[in-house]
Amino acid sequence: MTAVMEPEVGKARLRKEDARLITGRTQWTDNISLPGMLHLAILRSPMAHARISRLDVSGAMLRPGVITAFTGADLTDRQVGLPCAWPVTEDMVHPDALPLAKDTVRYAGEPVAVVVARDAASAVDALEAIEVEYESLPVVLDMEAALAEGAALVHEDKGTNKCYTWIFDSAGAGTGGDVAAAEAEAEVKIHRRYVQQRLIPSFMEPRSVVVDPKPGDWTMWSSTQIPHILRTLLSLLTGTPENQVRVIAPDVGGGFGGKIGVTAEEMITFYAAERVGKPVKYTESRSDTMVSAHHGRDVIQDITLSARRDGTITGLSVNLIANMGAYLGLVTPGVPLLGAFMYNAIYKIPAYRFECTGVFTNTTKTDAYRGAGRPEATYAIERIMDELAVELNLDPVEVRRRNWIKHEEFPFTTVCGLVYDSGNYDAATDKALQLLGYDELRAEQTARRSAGDPVQLGIGVSTFTEMCGLAPSRILGALRFGAGGWESASVRVLATGKVEVITGTSPHGQGHLTAWSQIAADQLGVPFEDVEVRFGDTRVAHKGLDTYGSRSLAVGGIALVQACGKVVEKARTVAAHLLECSPDDLEYSAGSFQVRGTPGATMSIVEIAGAVNAAHNLPDGVEPTIDADATFDPETFSFPHGTHLCAAEVDTETGAVRIRKYVCVDDVGRVVNPLIVEGQVHGGVVQGIAQALFEEAVYDADGNLLTGSFVDYTLPSAADLPDIESDRTETPATSNPLGVKGVGEAGTIAATPAVVNAVVDALRPYGVSDIQMPLSPERVWRAIQGGAS
Amino acid sequence: MARISVTVDGVQYVDDVQPRTLLVHYLREQLGKVGTVVGCDTSNCGACTVLMTDPDGDAHGVKSCTVLAMQADGRSVTTIEGLASPDGALHPMQRAFHEQHALQCGFCTPGMIMAAVDLLQDIPDPTEEQVRKGLEGNLCRCTGYQNIVRAVIAAAGAQRGAPSASEPESEPEAAPEAAPAAESAPAAERAEPAVTA
Repeated sequence: MTAVMEPEVGKARLRKEDARLITGRTQWTDNISLPGMLHLAILRSPMAHARISRLDVSGAMLRPGVITAFTGADLTDRQVGLPCAWPVTEDMVHPDALPLAKDTVRYAGEPVAVVVARDAASAVDALEAIEVEYESLPVVLDMEAALAEGAALVHEDKGTNKCYTWIFDSAGAGTGGDVAAAEAEAEVKIHRRYVQQRLIPSFMEPRSVVVDPKPGDWTMWSSTQIPHILRTLLSLLTGTPENQVRVIAPDVGGGFGGKIGVTAEEMITFYAAERVGKPVKYTESRSDTMVSAHHGRDVIQDITLSARRDGTITGLSVNLIANMGAYLGLVTPGVPLLGAFMYNAIYKIPAYRFECTGVFTNTTKTDAYRGAGRPEATYAIERIMDELAVELNLDPVEVRRRNWIKHEEFPFTTVCGLVYDSGNYDAATDKALQLLGYDELRAEQTARRSAGDPVQLGIGVSTFTEMCGLAPSRILGALRFGAGGWESASVRVLATGKVEVITGTSPHGQGHLTAWSQIAADQLGVPFEDVEVRFGDTRVAHKGLDTYGSRSLAVGGIALVQACGKVVEKARTVAAHLLECSPDDLEYSAGSFQVRGTPGATMSIVEIAGAVNAAHNLPDGVEPTIDADATFDPETFSFPHGTHLCAAEVDTETGAVRIRKYVCVDDVGRVVNPLIVEGQVHGGVVQGIAQALFEEAVYDADGNLLTGSFVDYTLPSAADLPDIESDRTETPATSNPLGVKGVGEAGTIAATPAVVNAVVDALRPYGVSDIQMPLSPERVWRAIQGGAS
Repeated sequence: MARISVTVDGVQYVDDVQPRTLLVHYLREQLGKVGTVVGCDTSNCGACTVLMTDPDGDAHGVKSCTVLAMQADGRSVTTIEGLASPDGALHPMQRAFHEQHALQCGFCTPGMIMAAVDLLQDIPDPTEEQVRKGLEGNLCRCTGYQNIVRAVIAAAGAQRGAPSASEPESEPEAAPEAAPAAESAPAAERAEPAVTA
């Protein structure tokens, strides 16, 4: 082996994953077929709030192909409430969320009855024969109405629609000053209310689950982001010993947070398989997904910014009302908390107070959706920074620059007590301004304004950071989250010298097979092609905490580095024995040990793997393996940042918005694979643009989801979107040995305020200072007319 | 039940189907062609797109969730599983999707590739705008479409005989890929029980 190898980390390697995905050799959960497998269909409530006065499945039992049908009453002694792992306060109201409704339904789409049949079509057909009578109950949809005195209750037995109130105050925490004092002394005080509309994550693969109930060896395949967490919770919820439960996430078609959870459908399929003693599959239709898989956002934000007339921010207070929906999902109450420490963003803010109240309504539950709390925070602060700029007649970039943390001030302890390890906001912003042609576009904007051009131009600025790499276990514990945040990796060097990496992360589009191969290749000095990566099956990857919160690389990637390091150290002992030298005399590079000062005395890790496998000549007391495991728990979060700029043209006669140019410069630390990073940025930005311009889950007054399919829920197509010009600065994280930060959520966090700021900027001469998202032509046009936006 | 005769990916099948059976369900459940997937129930997402011949024998993209299996009687259908040459060489569109990183989770990919192949039949040298318009009926949630557009334009170039970029244009530091996509070893299968195939 040659001594010099070009580093793999940093190369735009084409993905190993693709070979199967572009030829249709895929293993989606719905592709799984087992001998004797039965199919399940679920009858869902058409009512948002009702008592079930009669429910009779006997007709369904008589339909062709039907094996059985059952209801919540049939599961009385078996089913338990779905878990919420984040009781954010001691007194949080946590209503029982039974997988199959017992006597009351609380959102349209709640599972009411189940049919199991020999084929999927027969199961769906038989749903028609189920007889249900509902007595309607008052529906509460509006969050503020739900909190008002005398409001109808989603959960009558709880006596309130309030789930919790959670407060952070920098004065109380000792991390900053008192906001009330800052507001009293403020030279400028700006208050705004922003509404984060409800979104539907809209992964392309509808969820699917198969359960094979072999006694002592239960297996669940599920289209999930969290096979390991699911395994543990499945065991706890069903009383099946964890070592008798295997969960497999085969190919998973996207998640975006929408597949974090232990779902009613997973539990119902488990109970069904248990009842019939045969494998059972459930695959939802898209219409099912829209009402039953959790939604995202849906938060009202009241934000007050205090500043001096020179633009220096002196205080920030934020008051949220967050819609939980009818029940709590796995991390529903905690989502706003993930944003709580991000409203201060990249700015030096001396005093900060945050308060959030969670509220129940008769709607589909909300939970994590790409960014989870941080897009909301970034939106509010970046929108109000523009208001501050307008108030003080400053350029929006300048007002930000006067407040952000300077490169030389890192590490910087924020008003929330978080330590940002690294960043360079000037560098990213300067690069973005240049890429956009900021000054030229400002000149064009002025010209169009003075000419009274019916098509006005606006420029939107969004400078963001996020806390990701979830997460330091101790901090999660302090926030009352029910689990840790470590990640695990195993490295096996096989007898033939091929390397098998096992990771506890669970990718569903992120390219871990490729990126982890690059990392292992560098760490072990083996060819990229010689590394394979296994994941998503709890029997193979026995330990892990899965993929969400931009954590996989910043936590799981570091576990892999550490496991590789252990492999090398084990190999060193064997190499020293075989080369008859002291371990300290060995240098390791490019996959080989070399005795210092003795050219030719070398041994490659592949040769060592062979020798260890034979085990004919090992030092006394040394185990015949160089395989190693590592579990890494980060000490802190990682803090990617960036500057996104959007130039938007607004047709003032029609309200139509066209994104003319979108530029982003992201700093995600060291980049393992620039191709994958760019892809994540593109996709993330588009989801952020989609919130700004297109997407909204809408309920009618009775609590029916009007946007219940892709006909009405506007997932943008290629024709709706611009090209994204993406670039990077690279300020390595100092908190981990790879210097990586994470990129999965960055684009989504940054893009939404960039787009809305651009449209509002275009329309400032018309007296417009806000428009409710999504910025449909009608809303934009009405705002221009001075009507309600 | 009705009897149909249909050629799928070069193999002729004679089968009895229910009159209501959709082509996509026939492909997936009766033929085991599970490479073609279902992403919605309103014909919006295009994940199920395949090529099907018309009475004149010309192949067009169809959403197989919107075609009855009976309507495929006497026709020839090509799915993502039959797009590569019999010798395993990838279709230029498959190669371009790989080389331009035009897929992430890969769920929309079979339909997107088939729709893109159909698009180039109609417009062999499309502009970016024509590609974006032409793929309007296929939804992707991961990529933001940008690399899909790049891939279709690269595949168009390759089909016209222009040299295809071996790496993404935006990454000059990209290392040359050692093996062309057609020869790269497919990732080994993970341990699984029987998959309908």
